[in-house]
Amino acid sequence: MTERTDDAPAAQGLGRRPAREGLQAPAAGRLGLRLPASVAGRLWELRSLSLVGVLVLLAIAGVVTSGGNFLSVSNVLNILVSSSIIGVVTVGMTFVIIGGGIDLSVGGLVALASVWATTLSSQQYGAWAMVVCALLVGMGAGLVNGLLIAYGRLVPFIVTLAMMVASRGLAEAMSGKKTQLVTVQSINNIATTNVFGIPLLVIIFAAVVLVGWIVLNRTTFGRRTFAVGGNTEAARLAGIDVRRHTALLYVLSGLCCGIAAIMIISLTTTGSSTHGDLYELDAIAAVIIGGTLLTGGKGTLVGSILGALVFTTVTNIFVLNNLASEVQNIAKGLIIVAAVLLQRRGTT
Amino acid sequence: MTGSRAAATPRRRFLTGGAAAGAGALLAACTSNTTSSSNSAAQTKAVSNNDKPGKPVTIGFSAPQADHGWIAAISKNAAAQAKQYSDVTFQPVAATNDVATQISSIKTLITKGVDAIVVLPFDGKALTPAGLQAMNAGIPVINLDRVFDTPRAYRTWIGGNNYGMGLAAGEYIGNTLKQQGKTSPVIAEVAGIDNLQLTQDRSRGFRDALSAFGYTVSIRQAAQFTVESGQNVMSNILQAKSHIDAVWNHDDDQGIGVLAAINQAHRSEFFMVGGAGSANMMRMIKADNTVVKCTVTYPPTMASSAISLARLISQGKGMADLTEREVPTFIMLNSATVTKANVDKYLPLGFES
Repeated sequence: MTERTDDAPAAQGLGRRPAREGLQAPAAGRLGLRLPASVAGRLWELRSLSLVGVLVLLAIAGVVTSGGNFLSVSNVLNILVSSSIIGVVTVGMTFVIIGGGIDLSVGGLVALASVWATTLSSQQYGAWAMVVCALLVGMGAGLVNGLLIAYGRLVPFIVTLAMMVASRGLAEAMSGKKTQLVTVQSINNIATTNVFGIPLLVIIFAAVVLVGWIVLNRTTFGRRTFAVGGNTEAARLAGIDVRRHTALLYVLSGLCCGIAAIMIISLTTTGSSTHGDLYELDAIAAVIIGGTLLTGGKGTLVGSILGALVFTTVTNIFVLNNLASEVQNIAKGLIIVAAVLLQRRGTT
Repeated sequence: MTGSRAAATPRRRFLTGGAAAGAGALLAACTSNTTSSSNSAAQTKAVSNNDKPGKPVTIGFSAPQADHGWIAAISKNAAAQAKQYSDVTFQPVAATNDVATQISSIKTLITKGVDAIVVLPFDGKALTPAGLQAMNAGIPVINLDRVFDTPRAYRTWIGGNNYGMGLAAGEYIGNTLKQQGKTSPVIAEVAGIDNLQLTQDRSRGFRDALSAFGYTVSIRQAAQFTVESGQNVMSNILQAKSHIDAVWNHDDDQGIGVLAAINQAHRSEFFMVGGAGSANMMRMIKADNTVVKCTVTYPPTMASSAISLARLISQGKGMADLTEREVPTFIMLNSATVTKANVDKYLPLGFES
C-alpha cells in the first residue's frame, strides 16, 4: 500500500526529468494538474485500502464458515497459487488499461502459447525451448495487436477481440482440440517445487508483480504509460512517441500471457486450447475493482493484484463450504458491485 | 530517446530483423504435432456372416466439431469402421458446432440420396426436424448419443448411459470402501459442467449407488470439463477436506488437472475413479502407481457400432446373435468399470485425450 500513484504523473515526470523526456515548455501547461499530487495520492491509497477491507471481510467470512481450515498455511498458499496465473495476466492488463487501451486477447494468448509450447516438436527441444517458445508466441501476438492498434489506428477493443478469437482458433487447429500432455518433467516440476516452503509459482507471481510495480512507478516507461493513457494528445505534444509506446504496452501484455502460459502448463501438466478460459473478463474485473480507470491514465498495480486475490479467495471459501457454482457466480457479481461501491465511499 | 532512434543504423536494423526472423523460424519449427506411431482407432472384428460383403451402401455421417478428445474419437472411429467394410461408401459432412449448418448438411445428405445417415447432433432437440425429414424421405437415421426429441426422427438410437456411469462409479467406490470397513467415509465428487443434463444424470446415478451402501457425497464441486478447471477445483477440495477416502471425477480429460492438483498437494490417502475412459487414465490404472484405480466408460466406440448398425439396417440385415430379423430401435451401452484386473481388455478402446 506504499504505492505512489499521482494524479497526472506525466506532469510530475516533466518536473523531474525535463531533459530526458525532451518536453517543450508549452506542453507542460496543457498537462496542468487538477489536484495537488499529494491529495490525489492519498485518495488512491484509500481505494487500495478499501480493497484490503474487502479482503479482510472475506477472510473473516472464511474463518467463521470453515474454521481454522481457511487460515491454515497450506490453504493460504493454495489461494496464492490459484491467483498466480491470473495475477500475472492482470499485471499486463493493468499496464494496457492505464495506457488507455484494453486487451481482450489475454485468454486466447495464454491458450495459444500453452499449446504452441507443448506440441510434440516443441517438447523435443526441452524445457528452455518451451519457455522461450511460450514467451515469443505471447510477445509476437502482442506485437501484432500493438502494431494494428498503434500504427494501423484500429480500435483496441476490435483488434484484441479479433485476436481473442483467432488465437484460440489457431490453438485449436494446432492441437487438434486435444489436450497435450507434457512429458518434460522439469516443466511439470515448476508447480511442485517449493523454495523455503513457498511454491515456485507464487514466487514467479511475486517477481512479476515486483518488476511490474517498479516499471510502472519508478521508470520513464511507467510515467509515459500514465501520460499516454491520461491524455494522448498532451503526451504526444510532450514529445512521447505515443504510437511506439502503445505498441509496447501490448507486447508487455503478451509477454505476461507467455509467462502465464508456462505457469499453467506446469500447473496442469498440459497445454490446451481450453486454457485461459475467460481470463480477459477476470483480469479486467480485477483491474477495475482494483481502482484503475477503464478510460486510462489512473490506476495502481497493487489494487489490481488485490482485485485478483479477492476473486480467488471467494472461490476458495465457496469450495471450502461446498456451495454450488451458481451461488458462487451470484456472489462474485455482488462482490464486484460492493467493492466498487466501497471504493466510491472511500474517495468521496 | 529521439537521439538514439535517429541513430538506428542499418546494422542495428539488420540485427533486429535477423533476430525476428530467427524467432519466427524457431516458432515455426515448434508447430508440428505429428508422431511416427499413429494410434489405430477402435474397430469391431468380424464375427458373423453379417460381415460378408452385401449390397453396396453409402452412409452419411454428421457430428459436431471436436472440442475435446471424446468427440475427436467419435469421428475417427466412425471413419475407421466404415473403412473395414468393402461394401460401404463413407460420406462425412463437415463437422460443425452450429445447429443451422448441421441441419443444412443433413439436408445435403438427403438430397444426395445416401442409404443411411449416422448423426451425432450438436443439440438433439434442435436437430430433430432434420432427423424427421430424413426419415420421411425414407432414409434410416442412426441417432448417436444425443437423443432426438421424438423416436419418429430416428430408426435406431445408440448411445451411452450417463446415469449408469454414475451408478458404476458409485458401486465401485461403495464396494471398495465397504471392504475397507469404512462407516462414514469422506467421498468427493468433481463434476463436469453443471447445467448439462448429462452431468446431472451422472451425479444422480452416483448418489443413488452410494446411498445403497449408506454413504453420501461429502463434497461436490463442478468443473468445466477442462484440465485447468479440474486442477483449480480439486486444489480447493483438497484444502476443504484434510482427509478424503475416495474421489469420483466425471471426465478423464478434466481428470488430468485433478490429478495434477493431487500430486502438487502430495496427497495419496484416497483412491480416484475416473470417467469416460481415456487411454491415458487406463494406462495409469494399468501401471498402478497413482491414486487412479478405476474409470467408468462412456465409450466413443459407439460411433464404430453406429456405422455397423447403419450398414446392417440399409442392407436389411438383423443383428446376428439376436433372434429378431431387424436391428433394435434403442441401444443403450453399458458403462464398464475398468480396473487393473480388466484394463487390458479396454485399453485398445480408450481414446487419446
